[in-house]
Amino acid sequence: MVQVQVERFPYDVVVIGAGGAGLRAAIEAREQGKRTAIVSKSLFGKAHTVMAEGGCAASMGNVNAKDNWQVHFRDTMRGGKFLNNWRMAELHAKEAPDRVWELETYGALFDRTKDGKISQRNFGGHTYPRLAHVGDRTGLEMIRTMQQKIVSLQQEDFEEYGDYEAMLKVFPECTVTELIKDNDRIAGAFAYWRDSGKFILFETPAIVLATGGIGKSFKVTSNSWEYTGDGHALALRAGATLINMEFVQFHPTGMVWPPSVKGILVTEGVRGDGGVLKNSTGERFMFGYIPDVFKGQYAETEQEADGWYNDQDNHRRTPDLLPRDEVARAINTEVKEGRGSPHGGVFLDIASRLPAEEIRRRLPSMYHQFKELADVDITAQPMEVGPTCHYVMGGVEVDPDTASSVVPGLFAAGEVAGGMHGSNRLGGNSLSDLIVFGRRAGLGAAQYLDSLDQRPKISESDVDAAAHRAVAPFDWPSEGQAENPYTIHAELQQSMNDLVGIIRKEEEVQQALDKLAELKERARFVAVEGRREFNPGWHLCLDLRNMLLVSECVAKAALMRTESRGGHTRDDYPAMDNRWRNKLLVCSSDEHGTSAEVVEKPQEPMRSDLLELFELAELEKYFTDEELAQHPGRVAQ
Amino acid sequence: MSYKANFKIWRGDDTSGELHDFIVEVNEGEVVLDIIHRLQATQAPDLAVRWNCKAGKCGSCSAEINGKPRLLCMTRMSVFTEEETVTVTPLRTFPVVRDLVTDVSYNYQKAREVPSFAPPKELGLGEYRMKQQDVERSQEFRKCIECFLCQNTCHVIRDHEENKENFSGPRFLMRVAELEMHPLDTEDRVREAQDEHGLGYCNITKCCTEVCPEHIKITDNALIPMKERVADRKYDPIVWLGNQLFRRGSKR
Repeated sequence: MVQVQVERFPYDVVVIGAGGAGLRAAIEAREQGKRTAIVSKSLFGKAHTVMAEGGCAASMGNVNAKDNWQVHFRDTMRGGKFLNNWRMAELHAKEAPDRVWELETYGALFDRTKDGKISQRNFGGHTYPRLAHVGDRTGLEMIRTMQQKIVSLQQEDFEEYGDYEAMLKVFPECTVTELIKDNDRIAGAFAYWRDSGKFILFETPAIVLATGGIGKSFKVTSNSWEYTGDGHALALRAGATLINMEFVQFHPTGMVWPPSVKGILVTEGVRGDGGVLKNSTGERFMFGYIPDVFKGQYAETEQEADGWYNDQDNHRRTPDLLPRDEVARAINTEVKEGRGSPHGGVFLDIASRLPAEEIRRRLPSMYHQFKELADVDITAQPMEVGPTCHYVMGGVEVDPDTASSVVPGLFAAGEVAGGMHGSNRLGGNSLSDLIVFGRRAGLGAAQYLDSLDQRPKISESDVDAAAHRAVAPFDWPSEGQAENPYTIHAELQQSMNDLVGIIRKEEEVQQALDKLAELKERARFVAVEGRREFNPGWHLCLDLRNMLLVSECVAKAALMRTESRGGHTRDDYPAMDNRWRNKLLVCSSDEHGTSAEVVEKPQEPMRSDLLELFELAELEKYFTDEELAQHPGRVAQ
Repeated sequence: MSYKANFKIWRGDDTSGELHDFIVEVNEGEVVLDIIHRLQATQAPDLAVRWNCKAGKCGSCSAEINGKPRLLCMTRMSVFTEEETVTVTPLRTFPVVRDLVTDVSYNYQKAREVPSFAPPKELGLGEYRMKQQDVERSQEFRKCIECFLCQNTCHVIRDHEENKENFSGPRFLMRVAELEMHPLDTEDRVREAQDEHGLGYCNITKCCTEVCPEHIKITDNALIPMKERVADRKYDPIVWLGNQLFRRGSKR
C-alpha cells in the first residue's frame, strides 16, 4: 500500500529546475546568504539549456560598436510584434551584457574577436552581430559554467562550514509534483526521488520555478523529455496565472530525416554564418516572404544579401534571417505548394557558401549531428530542414523587476515565465533571458524572505493528499480498462501537432479541445506496472497531468485570439489585428488543475521614453490610433 | 524497411539481475534509444533508462552496447546486421540503480574536489582579453558532455574499486588540464594533478579517447601535456635548482 514516509528538508529558497535560469537564480539566492536547494528532474548539468546552440544575445558592441541596449530593445519588441512586456524587454536589453561578462568571471570561454573580446555573431532579427557564442554549443558552455560556479560556491562553504552542502544543495533526479501553500502564500513543495521513488518535502517560503517549456506535448519537437510544462502546471494549481500561452515557437530548421531524429534542432547559426534556404527548384525563396512590417529592413536581391555578411553599413540583411515565425511559415508554404525536399522539408545550404574547413570550425556539432544521425556531410551536401516545436513564449505572469508571480513566494524565470518575448522570441534572446531573469528571480526571492516576519506552515493533510495523488497510478482501476500512459501521451502529441500546430483554424482547435477532454477523462485511469524505483511509466503518468492542463491553456487561448501574430497563425484570421496587440490572454485553473479558464486583460501601455525610441511610421504598423494619440510625432502634427 | 531485431537487455537492481530477451521492430534510421523507447511503450513500461536530449548533446544515455561504452542515442541500428543480437547493459564501473541506470555520483564527488577557476582579481566585468588561439586548447575540453564513458572505460577504476578514492578519472584530470591551460586562471595546478587526482595512475592507453563521443583527444591534448608539466617540474634539474633558489613552487 501507500508509503507515506516523507523525508523533510527546510530551505530558504527552493529552485525547481537546473537549467540556465534555475542555476543563475540559485547562485544569486546563495550569494544573498539564503540556504538554497536546486531540484532537478535530471542529473546536474544535463538540463535542456545544453541544447541551445547559436548564442546569447547581449549588446556588448564588440563586433559592431553601433550596438547598444536601445537597438537590442527595439529588435526584441519587433521580433515579438510589440506584444512583449516592454519592461522585461528593457531590463533584458540593459542587463544582458553584464550577465554575459559575469560568466567570464565564473570561467566561461567564449569565442574571441581579433582584439581578444567576446566574439558576436549574426542571428535572425538582430540588427547587429550580437550573440556571444562558443561554436555551436553555447548552451553547454553556459550550463557547465554555472554548474562549476555552483561547485565553486560549495567549495567556499566547505571551507567555512566543513560541509559542501551547507548553503547550496542540488537534488538531482528529483521531481516536484505539488506546491503547498499556507493560506495564500507558498509554504513548500512535495517531490519524489526518481531513483528510489521515495517522497520528500521541501519546507520553504520561497520557490523559483525554472522548469522550462512544454514542447513534449507536441509530436515534432526539439525539446527533451523533461519539457512537460511542470512549472506552468504547478503555478496554475497554486493559483498563479499564465499569459501568452497561444504563442508557441516553431523553429524553422529542425532535422526532417530520418524519422527517428525528426525535430532535432539545426541552429540558426547556420544561417547567421552564411547558410541559405532553397526550395526544390534551387530558388532562395525567402526573398518572396518579407512581410509588410519588415519591408525596407531586409535585402531584396541575392547580391545585396550576400554583400551584407562583410559590409553591413552598405547592405541590408538577408531575409533568411527574418524572425523565426516568418521563416517557419515560409518553409511551411513552400512544402505545401510542392516545392519541398524529398523528405518534406526544404534545403539549407552552407556547403556551397563556406569552405569545408570553416564549416567544421564554426559549426562542429551540426557537422557531427548530420554525419552521425543522417549520413549527410554538410560540407558537401545541403541539409533538409523543416519546422519543429521549439519554445513557448507563454508562461507564468510575473512582475518584471522581481520575477514574482501573483502568489506570494512564488517566482518564475526563463522559459516558464511569460511576457518577455511577446508573440515570438528572437534567437539568442533565450540564453540572455535565463541569466538576466534568473538573477532577478533569485534576488526577488531573497528580498521576499527578508520581508517575512514568520515562516509559513505546512498542513499534514496537504502532504498526505500529495502522496496519495502521486501513487495513484499504481492502483489499477477496479472496473473498466486501465490506460497506458505512453498511448495517451502519443495521442496528445499527435493531436497538438496536427490541430494546434504551426497553422491553426477554429474547427481544428475545437477538435483538439474535444480530444483533450477525452484524454483527460482517460488519464484518470492510467495505471502502471512494477515498483517505484526508477519507473519511467510511473514518471510519465505524473507528467501527463501537467501536459494535459498546459495543452488546454494553449488550445483555449489559440481559439480566442482571432488574429495572426508571431507564434500564433490562424488560417481563418490571417492578418495581424492592431486591436489585439495590447490584449493578453490570461489562464488560470482551480487547485486540482481540472480545467483551465482563459480571460482577456489589457497590457500596460509602454512608457513614453521607450515608445519614442521608435519612428512613428513603424509604430503605426502595430498600434491603434488611440494608443498613439499622445506620441510627440502625432502631437506635433 | 523495418525488421524484427533480437535484443538482450540487462534488467535488475543493485542486488541481482540478468539479461532479458526481446524481439522488437526496427525502422529505417533508428538508433538504439528508439528501440528502448519502443520496448517501454509496448513490452516493458517500467524498463529504466536515463536519457534527455536524444541528440548527443547532454550525455545522459550512456550504456554498453555489445560490451562497448556508447551513447544509446548516437548508436544507429544500421551499424548492426539484421541477424545480429544487440546486447545492452549498464555502465560497468558504476553501481546499478535499476536496469540500465547507474549511480554516477562518484563523478560529481570528483568534480567537487577540483579547485575552481581562480579569476584574476584586478579585472572587472568586460575587461577580460584572450586570444582565440589561446582559448581553443581549453575549449576543446569544454566540449565534454559529461557522459562519463571515459570514466567507465578507464581500466584504472573499471575493475579496481579500490582506486576510486585516489583517482579522479580522465574527465576530471582533463578538467584540471582545462583550468591549467585557461589563459586567465591564476592557480598552479600541476602538482595537484599528480598528488590529488592520481595523474600518475594513467598509463596513456588512450581508451578514454577512443570512447569519447565528442572526439576530444583526452590523452594527447590533456593528459600527456599534464604529465609533461609534472615531469618538468619534478625532474628538470634547472627547475629543481630554481625552486630551491627562488622558491618558485609556491603559488604564482
